[in-house]
Amino acid sequence: MREREQDSTSPMGWAGREDALESAGWGTRCVHAGSSPDPAYGAVVPPIYQASTFAFQDVDVGSGFEYSRSANPTRARLEEAIALLEGGSGAACTGSGMSAITLALNLLEQGSHLVCPLDCYGGTFRVLEHARRANGLQVSYVDMTRPEAVAEALRPETRMIWAETPSNPLMRIADLAALAGIARARGALLAVDNTFLSPALQRPFQWGADLAVHSTTKYLNGHSDVVGGAVVAGPGRTELARRLGVLNKTLGMVQAPLDCALVLRGLKTLHLRMRAHEANARALAGFLAGHPAVATVNYPGLAAHPQHDLAARQQLGFGAMLSFELKDGSEAAVRRFLRALRWFTLGESLGGVESLVARPATMSHSAMSPERRAQAGIGDGLIRVSVGVEEVEDLREDLRQALEGD
Amino acid sequence: MHGNHRNDTLVLHTGNEIDGQFGALSIPVYQVSTFLQDSQGNTKGYEYSRSGNPTRTALEQAFAALEHGRRASAFGSGLAAIAAVFMLWSSGDHFVVSNVVYGGTYRLLTKVLNRMGMTATFVDTSDLAAIEAAITERTRAVFVETPTNPLMAVADLEAIAGTCRRRGLKLVVDNTFLSPYWQNPLLLGADLVVHSATKYLGGHSDVVAGLVVSATDELGEEVHFMQKAMGGILGPQDSWLLMRGIKTLSVRMEKHEQNARELARWLTTLPEVRKVHYPGLEDHPQYAIAKRQARGFGGMISFELADGATADRLLDRLQVITLAISLGGVESLICCPAKTTHASMPAEVLAGLGITDRLVRLSVGIEHVDDLKQDILQGLRGHA
Repeated sequence: MREREQDSTSPMGWAGREDALESAGWGTRCVHAGSSPDPAYGAVVPPIYQASTFAFQDVDVGSGFEYSRSANPTRARLEEAIALLEGGSGAACTGSGMSAITLALNLLEQGSHLVCPLDCYGGTFRVLEHARRANGLQVSYVDMTRPEAVAEALRPETRMIWAETPSNPLMRIADLAALAGIARARGALLAVDNTFLSPALQRPFQWGADLAVHSTTKYLNGHSDVVGGAVVAGPGRTELARRLGVLNKTLGMVQAPLDCALVLRGLKTLHLRMRAHEANARALAGFLAGHPAVATVNYPGLAAHPQHDLAARQQLGFGAMLSFELKDGSEAAVRRFLRALRWFTLGESLGGVESLVARPATMSHSAMSPERRAQAGIGDGLIRVSVGVEEVEDLREDLRQALEGD
Repeated sequence: MHGNHRNDTLVLHTGNEIDGQFGALSIPVYQVSTFLQDSQGNTKGYEYSRSGNPTRTALEQAFAALEHGRRASAFGSGLAAIAAVFMLWSSGDHFVVSNVVYGGTYRLLTKVLNRMGMTATFVDTSDLAAIEAAITERTRAVFVETPTNPLMAVADLEAIAGTCRRRGLKLVVDNTFLSPYWQNPLLLGADLVVHSATKYLGGHSDVVAGLVVSATDELGEEVHFMQKAMGGILGPQDSWLLMRGIKTLSVRMEKHEQNARELARWLTTLPEVRKVHYPGLEDHPQYAIAKRQARGFGGMISFELADGATADRLLDRLQVITLAISLGGVESLICCPAKTTHASMPAEVLAGLGITDRLVRLSVGIEHVDDLKQDILQGLRGHA
């Protein structure tokens, strides 16, 4: 009887879960981040707060939330989860990856200078060009695989270095520790678009980045059913995290509660999905590299990749994005190949459980002029593959029959 | 405890619409299957979403208040709700049921429940003597739709409730056509009310759901047991959407009825229309009963044309009004019951009831009534 009483006064083990999460194993973090049990009824999945506004408890006493643009309990859960998985101090979740990028760029004052990769994502290029024309942002596009090129591009007004690594679609690797050193010396922020690897396979803060940016549409959600974005502030950067929160509220590009709940649901299998994605990608990269109809394969996991060693050192894995050039890059050959694929769906986006192929020149990077694309090395015959988690034999056979035209 | 509130306040404020934790003005969607326990057997009120879910509970409590009942249970469809009610009884039990009952209810009774040894006699429930004549010593309940689908016959609920009370039977009323905004069968003596919440309660043609409301705690507990035991529950997201729909029930029902009254009267003036069935018309055989027991006549009309071909032509030509099953949504829908909603009844039964291929059923939406009239006119006469 006494024992029973003691038993019921000491808290259940799950009460200490939140504190234990930071030191928990990766898979445990994926499953439990932002998902501590609901205090109201003990629901093991937190409820979806599909509400715009919140009742005050008294005339001047709020209940922790007042209006869903400023903050929403479901969004707060997702922000907490993504910050935890990236190892950051706080996150802001937005309605798309582009709004996350816009949010990060809004940290910059007028007249600031930013250094960006030559082969950045087409959407990022479009928003930077807009900011250059409309808001006086100065932008230098450089080969980000060469830290010295970044250092050379610095100006007194440089406030941000923008990195995408691996790059889209050529899978070039930027040396994050070197870029962080350059940024720190200039008092600039290093922002890393971590969409292609997710925190499962790369932790930008580990190398000194200040911001990690995500299109959560991709691997974080992973099911091709949500469009979303996130900006994460680095460890110990609580003031930066606070500014992101204020900017998100001010610009209002917030992610809706149901979508936040879906991304949170996606995170629970991130560790399993990334493992399966990568195993498939490695196998397909090797197959493509050995195929006579393929000219080049861009995949950091291949020993022949020019930055294979850097990728092996900086990343926790090589990811599941790859691109390749057909030997016959004629319009007719590219079209024939894309039309012949059965399991690879031709579509924008990436990072979902289903395999996708894209032709960057006419799809993700069509915002760039042909000259810019040529400069960035994105040819018309370049095929980008987002390797899904299907049975690898089916994927390999599909590529084979499309390459060989049988 | 909400007895002093008018219906249009009640649809918005039954007391549970504000989340207890953060004060959110919309109850959170508990998209979850299970709930942790503080210690063995010590829950925070919920243990597993089939037996209870906070979002579903909010809907059930709100709806019990709207129907002036003690307890409500939400189901995955109107038929799941009706099935759960009939499952309160057992093999050998007998029911008296409206003969112009919804085809799905008819199929449930004659193709499913009959295999469990339950039987039904179908009578004209607008005729009290017919009901009394059908009652046997095995009869356990009378199941009434009023107004009936699709002929809009009205049953006198207080009179039937009196008979049921004397004979020790339960009265079950399908209140789908009028919704609690216009009619509260429990206040007229019914024991259980069932709804296809898919219709006016959801109101936006985006949810399939059912509700049962009980007059007593005991009956409510029995229905809840069936809900949990058979598991035909409504999911959290749909429960939330249904609550959202109910918030505009009063404004929608007013407009549905305003349009329906005008259309019904107007239809009687058209030479192509042989007969209009709408309880709000003064020559409707049960107009006085309808006026007494309900606060409104609703938004459902049926009417008869010269022949099936004319009806087919009308349905083909309509542009604003959509040819579709279901009813009660904001958009006007039309169908030929003999070929759709009531096709599960045998042809000779349909013919006997007057549900022929020249009868069309119109669920009047909340569009502008002039556009509906114009659409029907061009449907009947062609463009010219």
